[in-house]
Amino acid sequence: MATAQTRTLSRIMMAPAVIVLLIWMIVPLVMTLWFSFQNYSLINPMMTGFAGWANYIYVIGDPSFTQSLVNTLILVGGVLLITVIGGILLALLLDQPIWGQGILRILVISPFFVMPPVAALIWKNGFMHPGYGMLGHLWKAFGLQPVDWFNQYPLFSVIVIVAWQWLPFATLILLTALQSLSEEQREAAEMDGANALNRFYYIILPHMARAITIVILIQTIFLLGIFAEIRVTTGGGPGYASTNIAFLVFRTGILSNDIGAGSAGGVVAVIIANIVAFFLMRAVGKNLDA
Amino acid sequence: MKLTPLFVSALTLALATSASAQTLTIATVNNGDMVRMQGLSSAFTADTGIELNWVVLEENTLRQNVTTDIATNGGQYDVMTIGTYEAPIWAKQGWLVPLDGLSADAAYDVDDLLPPIRDGLSYEGKLYAAPFYGESSMVMYRKDLMEKAGLTMPDAPTWEFIGQAARAMTDRANDINGICLRGKAGWGENMAFLTAMSNSFGARWFDESWKPQFDQPEWKSTLDTYLGLMADAGPAGASSNGFNENLTLFQQGKCGMWIDATVAASFVINPNDSTVADQVGFALAPDNGLGKRGNWLWAWSLAIPKSSQNAEAAEKFIDWATNKAYLDTVAAQDGWANVPPGTRTSLYENAEYQAAAPFAKMTLDSINSANPSEPTVKPVPYTGVQFVAIPEFAGIATNVGQLFSAALAGQMSADDALAQAQDATTRDMTRAGYIK
Repeated sequence: MATAQTRTLSRIMMAPAVIVLLIWMIVPLVMTLWFSFQNYSLINPMMTGFAGWANYIYVIGDPSFTQSLVNTLILVGGVLLITVIGGILLALLLDQPIWGQGILRILVISPFFVMPPVAALIWKNGFMHPGYGMLGHLWKAFGLQPVDWFNQYPLFSVIVIVAWQWLPFATLILLTALQSLSEEQREAAEMDGANALNRFYYIILPHMARAITIVILIQTIFLLGIFAEIRVTTGGGPGYASTNIAFLVFRTGILSNDIGAGSAGGVVAVIIANIVAFFLMRAVGKNLDA
Repeated sequence: MKLTPLFVSALTLALATSASAQTLTIATVNNGDMVRMQGLSSAFTADTGIELNWVVLEENTLRQNVTTDIATNGGQYDVMTIGTYEAPIWAKQGWLVPLDGLSADAAYDVDDLLPPIRDGLSYEGKLYAAPFYGESSMVMYRKDLMEKAGLTMPDAPTWEFIGQAARAMTDRANDINGICLRGKAGWGENMAFLTAMSNSFGARWFDESWKPQFDQPEWKSTLDTYLGLMADAGPAGASSNGFNENLTLFQQGKCGMWIDATVAASFVINPNDSTVADQVGFALAPDNGLGKRGNWLWAWSLAIPKSSQNAEAAEKFIDWATNKAYLDTVAAQDGWANVPPGTRTSLYENAEYQAAAPFAKMTLDSINSANPSEPTVKPVPYTGVQFVAIPEFAGIATNVGQLFSAALAGQMSADDALAQAQDATTRDMTRAGYIK
């Protein structure tokens, strides 16, 4: 048992690490908050001084703000839908004793090791480009006009790319959950005459509920800030069709060099992420209590 | 202490090394001419002992990188590759070192620089950046397709003729598009082309009191003409096409005409890269009889940021890369057609260059016909042909470029794009304090 002395000692020894970590988190946040109330443009040294709420009013009043908010939610929702449903199906498939199972598992997981900008580049030029992408050639082979994915279906295209990257993560988590299901339970259900669909609905799905919750929660946190895929493929366009909040912040802060408004956008993005996380925890997080 | 001598000798060695080998960090763009310069630069190091550390970036990334560095006084670079947009703005803000040494050097011959380019890189009469290559824009067209269509390209075509020719040359079944134009969003991509085009339609970005003009009929007819032309005779997926994409299309024989940078001329007549090398003709950018043609003016140039600790060595490097002898070096290695064009009068008087570069005269005429001080038919409070030389322009035009790109992609109507461009630009100009 720790004595008062050892406890004090451990606190003193841990303090530097804790302080460094705190500074690491707090300094950028405080600086973002500070800049969001300042007139600060990188390219216009005349813009200085306290801005009040002007930066926030400017960002929220941006003609593309509402659309980027909706786009953010569609992106998160779309990717979640594909990865959760696809992940369940793939997990069920990979759980089967099939030939070449090891190689198949590695293949399914491999997209997760590809960095987002690289993945986006491969999809953009290798697959979806109407001129020299694989899909374009496929369309032509059937005598059809190639689809210009990033201009005709920009948001959908981004969703496909991001979903491709996150599907392995969902599959892995769900497969692990599936493998922890006891064989006896399945056999018992089978003996009681439950068909495959019933077994899936009443046994497998409830068993995976917790894992699904984890997948949704973790992915949502990352998906709210999708950036590289948009930057590489559509540049937020055409128009604002694929601009999400993260890209809007980038456009304001970096492309327009408006650090004040960009910081305000960053703070707004943090607030939105917290609101989404709050509702998400209430909606699906209850699964974690069980 | 036994360690002291060791420490002292190590310190001496370190100091000696840093004193003997001066290193310049140079940020540049990944265009062919710059990559060639990088390859030739070992001669500079051999002559001067100055080592070079290259940071070669794609155009948009370079712009962001150097802008952030210079605005925050980061001091990461000794030499920056910038354009005619940045040079006067940054010089005004005191961010650049004036190139007084070069201007005073008779051997460098600053008066040999083409006047529109030199003016574009000067502020209050002082040169702040030295042009590496300069360009305007012009029409590049396929002589064979033009003949097949039963037309003859005049040296100075009108937009009406371009429209007629583009539609006549289009042969979708054989994958031939009458015209390829920039559609990719960006202030240096579709907006460079559209702004230059709008000048010939009598449009302007702002009136004398900085009020945006997208609600005026001149912009409407510019955008309608552009969209109509691209719908009838442009390639599929045009809203993703920038300079490089169109260059590839033209080289593959998929464009009847292409209106873009004069610097592309040497690429489209190079038989190693271009399948249509022997069929390319050149003409001035089109006009509408209003006194302005739709051609721009640009120069990729080298400048020294105030934050550089090696300004003297940096100026030596800029001298090496932009003087007359450099052109001779490239000509000796790769032939006269491949020297960086558009910067020096003497190059255009050189008989060898004229013989090797059939586009030389058209390039020079295009550059000389662009006037950054009076870019538009109606008066404007700004300078710049295909841009507005104010710090906020890059952000504003990127935004407008997105809207026009969306109109080209069919995601919104021309009227909507213009209305939104008007609103967004008014908002940004008000925020920046131009509109009270």
